[in-house]
Amino acid sequence: MTVPVPPAPAAPAPSAAVDRPPAIVVDGISKTFRIPTEQAHTLKERALHPFRRSKVRQMRSLRHVSFHVEPGEFFGVVGRNGSGKSTMLKTLAGIYGVDDGRIFVNGRMSTFIELGVGFNPDLAAFDNVMLNAQMLGLGRAEARRRFDAILEFAELQDFADLKIKNYSSGMLVRLAFAVMIQVDAEILLIDEVLAVGDAAFQQKCFDEFERIRESGATVILVTHDMTAVKRFCDRALLLERGTVVAIGDPEEIGDRYLDMNFSSDARQEVAAEIAADTDDAEDAPALGGPAPGTIIDDTDRHGSGRAEIVDSWVEDGSGRRVEHLPFGSPCTLAMRVTFHDTIEDPLFGISVLTDQGVTVFEPNNLDLPPMGRFAAGETREVRIAFASYLAPGRYHLTPALCRDEAALEWFDRRPKMHSLLVTGTVKTLGTMHPPFTLTVDEATDDATTGPAA
Amino acid sequence: MSTVETVPERPEARDFDAIDRDALGAPIKGPSAMGHDPRRMLGLAWTMATSDFKLKFYGSALGYFWQLARPMMLFGVLLLVFTVVVRLGNDIELYAPTLLLGIVLFTFFGEATGGAVSAMLDRENLVRKIDFPRMAVPLAVVITALFNLALNMVPVIVTLFIMGADVRWTWLEIFPLIAALAVLAIAVAMILSAAYVRFRDVRPIWDVFLQAMFYASGVLVPVQAIQAEFGDRIERIMMMFPFSTILQQARHAMIAPSHPTALDSAGAWWVLVIPVAITLGLLAVGFWYFNREAPRIAERL
Repeated sequence: MTVPVPPAPAAPAPSAAVDRPPAIVVDGISKTFRIPTEQAHTLKERALHPFRRSKVRQMRSLRHVSFHVEPGEFFGVVGRNGSGKSTMLKTLAGIYGVDDGRIFVNGRMSTFIELGVGFNPDLAAFDNVMLNAQMLGLGRAEARRRFDAILEFAELQDFADLKIKNYSSGMLVRLAFAVMIQVDAEILLIDEVLAVGDAAFQQKCFDEFERIRESGATVILVTHDMTAVKRFCDRALLLERGTVVAIGDPEEIGDRYLDMNFSSDARQEVAAEIAADTDDAEDAPALGGPAPGTIIDDTDRHGSGRAEIVDSWVEDGSGRRVEHLPFGSPCTLAMRVTFHDTIEDPLFGISVLTDQGVTVFEPNNLDLPPMGRFAAGETREVRIAFASYLAPGRYHLTPALCRDEAALEWFDRRPKMHSLLVTGTVKTLGTMHPPFTLTVDEATDDATTGPAA
Repeated sequence: MSTVETVPERPEARDFDAIDRDALGAPIKGPSAMGHDPRRMLGLAWTMATSDFKLKFYGSALGYFWQLARPMMLFGVLLLVFTVVVRLGNDIELYAPTLLLGIVLFTFFGEATGGAVSAMLDRENLVRKIDFPRMAVPLAVVITALFNLALNMVPVIVTLFIMGADVRWTWLEIFPLIAALAVLAIAVAMILSAAYVRFRDVRPIWDVFLQAMFYASGVLVPVQAIQAEFGDRIERIMMMFPFSTILQQARHAMIAPSHPTALDSAGAWWVLVIPVAITLGLLAVGFWYFNREAPRIAERL
């Protein structure tokens, strides 16, 4: 019995890649779903209202999406929920037809939308492999011929007769990946199978990715897991509301993705682009977030109103108003205050809270010399500048204004008035990550120290 | 894996606009009914059918008997009714196997078409997740029903032996007849499975239709009895329907020569053109309709 060789492990040299045609070219595809708003599924309804056109909502999932994937590339498609990435995946996989545009696939494609599509727990490995392999494009005879190679690749020869419901999760992953690889696919289309299962399971999937990557196959990974994208992908594409926001370096895409998740600014940009698209009849749904500068959550606002916080924002090192900052860059918290009464020595403060509501940092002028007197009708801007070592993530800002320490009277306090997103790839579970040094002292006697980090 | 770091170099991404579209071959389309290779589609249908069949008998010690239980129960009750209560069957040679053959063939048709109705939905996890020739789904249902038919034919043969029927060469006629019935079943299965995705009331409609067909097609009352009661006319009308024609010919071939052939029952050859035309017509319509619907099935489920 000859063992079929998995896809040629030859590492594609950059120069050779140029000579080969792209593995996938997606040329301006669009896809609209027609969703009946009232379910006219029965013939009776049709018979009763033969001339009534059932109302359908047009849901445009993809708008003129174009990109290409080089042979041998590990390509990521990322997007938030509802950004159209699943539709993208299914059109690439040939499960959905497209309304417009063309998709060229150069090479045999194997799709992996689920761990072993059609795997039935009550059947043994053989039946499952036969079904799965044929689904993925092998002929019946071919599938049978490759069964041994698949089991060998999965290192499951001893468990061929076991019903797969008795397999461990790791064995199942190996089997599913083995089939996918052994069908000679040159292009692998992988959905966020990683999203399911525990950390150990994910690790097993990652291990398989590593193997696939080494085999030189072209891989397209569709996911919302940025860690996986940054770890494996050569390039990535960011989708938002069915349009391509950016294609490029995974690190860069990762930051943009975080932006999309947390910044209304970034989402608005895309919304504006879509609105400008004249052939798009869809009513733009309500935007996911408020416009910049508006109040996110102001229900808890309280104070006497003798002075008012009219605006609050964040500035970067060059004094530009921003909603997100790269990790480790200088940061300025600012607010504009209008006084409606003459006030002496007020306290200004802006608290920085985590998503969980824990106060991280609470700068104010409590320990500073008195601020003096502010006349009624005056408007002033307050700035608190600091070197930010806030770890990447989202923070909420609560600007506040009160009389003084002794007689705590709130003039105005606006909890979580706006938020700040810190982007970056620092790996920490903490909320702060200031620069630090780590040293290990000299070895004493025979005690050997571990490798210095 | 042998070496530690064998990650291939990142290929340089070329300029998107510079890609020569003409050198890329044909763009992909959505899923099709047959796929590019009909043999592969058949193989897939076969695999789906065999794994279904295995699943059915997995974990049940008396699987085969349960498989037979339903048609045999029906058979027992009807036999009692038509030989003891109504006594209609007593005039017919070998009524017991006659009735049983009818029940078994009808069970096949009912399983194949009734199962096909919701087949796409039953296989939703596959249909929505992978691009494979959609035709494999209804075909697998018909193949599974054929497996069951093979099992159900055993008691028919046993009954024939018990009742002392002669073993004749004409028994072999059952194979082309079943093949014809399978073609009819596939035609109907294609239409029903594709239509159900759009109209969910295909299910009750088809259930009622099958029930009506059971009584109208001569499963219970063979044509001889009808002819004795009502003359040639009804008998001739019955022969215009594919299932009745096939059943009648099967009875002539399997049970006894005293059962008239389909041609004798029809009275004239042209009458038999009608069931053939219906079958081929359904096949053509079914194929056309299924082909048309196939690319959109996944998103309509």
